[in-house]
Amino acid sequence: MYAAIEAARRGRKVILADRSLIGRGGATVMAQMTVAVGLEEDGLDDPAHHYADTLAAGRGLCDPAIARLLCEEGPARIREMDAWGVGWARENGAFKRAFAPGHDRPRCVYVDFLNTGPAVSKTLRTQLNRIPEIRRVGDLLVTALALRDGACVGATALHLSSGQPVSIAAGATIAATGGLTRMYRRNSASANMMGDGYALALAAGAELIDMEFVQFFPIGHLAPRLVGMDPIMWDPFRYKLGGRLLNGRREEFIDQYGSKDEGRYIVTRDVATYAILKEVEAGRGSPHGGAYLSFEHCSEAELRGAGGPVIDRLAENGIDLTRQAVEVAPIAHYHMGGVRVDAAMATRVPGLYAAGEAVGGANGANRLSGNAITEALVFGRVAGEAAAAHAARNAARADGAAFAAETERLRQGRGAVDFNPAAMVEQLQSTMQDDVGPFRTEAGLRRALEALRALRAELVAVKPAAGRAYDTMLADWHDLETMTRVGECVAAAALARTESRGAHQREDFPGMDEAWRVNQVLTLEGGALRIARRGVPQ
Amino acid sequence: MKATLVIRRGAPGEAPREETWQVPCEAGQSVLDALRWIRAHRDASLAIRYSCTNANTCKECMVRIDGKTVYACTARLHEAPMKVEPLPNKALLRDLVTEIAPPDERLGGA
Repeated sequence: MYAAIEAARRGRKVILADRSLIGRGGATVMAQMTVAVGLEEDGLDDPAHHYADTLAAGRGLCDPAIARLLCEEGPARIREMDAWGVGWARENGAFKRAFAPGHDRPRCVYVDFLNTGPAVSKTLRTQLNRIPEIRRVGDLLVTALALRDGACVGATALHLSSGQPVSIAAGATIAATGGLTRMYRRNSASANMMGDGYALALAAGAELIDMEFVQFFPIGHLAPRLVGMDPIMWDPFRYKLGGRLLNGRREEFIDQYGSKDEGRYIVTRDVATYAILKEVEAGRGSPHGGAYLSFEHCSEAELRGAGGPVIDRLAENGIDLTRQAVEVAPIAHYHMGGVRVDAAMATRVPGLYAAGEAVGGANGANRLSGNAITEALVFGRVAGEAAAAHAARNAARADGAAFAAETERLRQGRGAVDFNPAAMVEQLQSTMQDDVGPFRTEAGLRRALEALRALRAELVAVKPAAGRAYDTMLADWHDLETMTRVGECVAAAALARTESRGAHQREDFPGMDEAWRVNQVLTLEGGALRIARRGVPQ
Repeated sequence: MKATLVIRRGAPGEAPREETWQVPCEAGQSVLDALRWIRAHRDASLAIRYSCTNANTCKECMVRIDGKTVYACTARLHEAPMKVEPLPNKALLRDLVTEIAPPDERLGGA
């Protein structure tokens, strides 16, 4: 959304195409709390400190130019959101800032209660709606980028509500499609977060980077059953109250894994994920296969102060935190990798840009808590500026030839199909969770690659033809085509990286290997995936 | 525990039909859980709209359940049969999916 706002500010007409309703899906709307920003005005922080923590969390793999951009432009974007009325929590006039794991000081602004994502999304939607140069179109599932002489000149999409192919001619195109966490059985993602932008950019000739790094959020809700709440909701409670993480025997265990927790919330996401899953593996998990998170030592008043109306929503789910611990376990949350871009968010394909989580490189092997919303705003602005400049030099041209092949492909296929794509999605999610999850082995990764290729082969035989209104099987088919390709990228990159670093943990190659302080870059050549090692930019 | 869903299906121009499904469930599960289970295990052609999957953030899964407009992701399953229908005051696209986007956010809209 921010990319559209910036491109329109620079005098361009914009089409904002969304897979579903505008600004309702994706990751931003799901954010519970933290937005990291090095605000310097009170002398307590500085973008340079934020930058140092971002690089440290990235375990040596961050692209410094992109990470610096995130940190340096963050304060301007956060203040702009404030002026737009997002409602950052304040104390005595100043922004309240929470301390989050991996940061050297309190740095994360937020909107109470657990309302950061919805507030940011709503604020951006309000700004969008005021700009007549932005044409918003929902229910568009983009299936291919359109190319002319190697440059991106728009996209072909399936209009879900009519079932018809749609051609979109554009001087420049920005992929702001988020990450890929829907590919995992346990995820905190919207249904449209399955790597579309990666698959589209890759097919158009762009490079992908760091695809092996999928962040698992350690304390995703597991039990008892909780509806109407995002599974990552325990984060804000921990920021405010600490809370105790206990194994199935109700013992503290994080300190057995080389890190201290001490009822505070300082252990980083990769270490906590590792510790919880190792306890489960050793038979010391909670009944549903995770760990207990307990706030039983907190008073009702403390809980009410931290959670506000959320305490009532928990009560509707039969959960009383003063009397019971909940069960939590790691959940796929964010993807560090993505489309390889320069500091102007340009890919190597002229006319194609990326923004937000779709961008790879800023966060290296592990993302700092709070960097995702900041990067959505900053990278959106930069991509919008660069794309607007490109479009000013390269006007959109109606050019049937660039869209004809994909339009024809969408129309081809069977009328009536007898297969269950929803079951195939679950099968793919199990493969990714079990064999390309937080812990990886060569045998598991090879098994996953084989399973993904088999699923892909199965798909080819059952392709449904476009044409029916809101055909969910057709949409699932295209999603599976994307997810099998993107899953292959993650698994192949993970198989090649024979070390453990940040979110990529190989059971057969424990520990970081200095020789692996390189990025892996993926390209598609003649339909086959190629992986190359590149030195980390300095 | 088993829930029974009576689902009204069909596309514009078709005579609507009712289908009855038995869905295994645990205490606390939502109607959206059951609709997704039906798609994965019984009939993937059932059209539903949702994005955030049970977080009640996207507000896309609005349907009628036993005559009341609710979010499928926060409506809880129970053992007595539940009647699930598309919203009556929105244009039907297919099955439980209706046109809920504002007019100026549709293709061919304002």
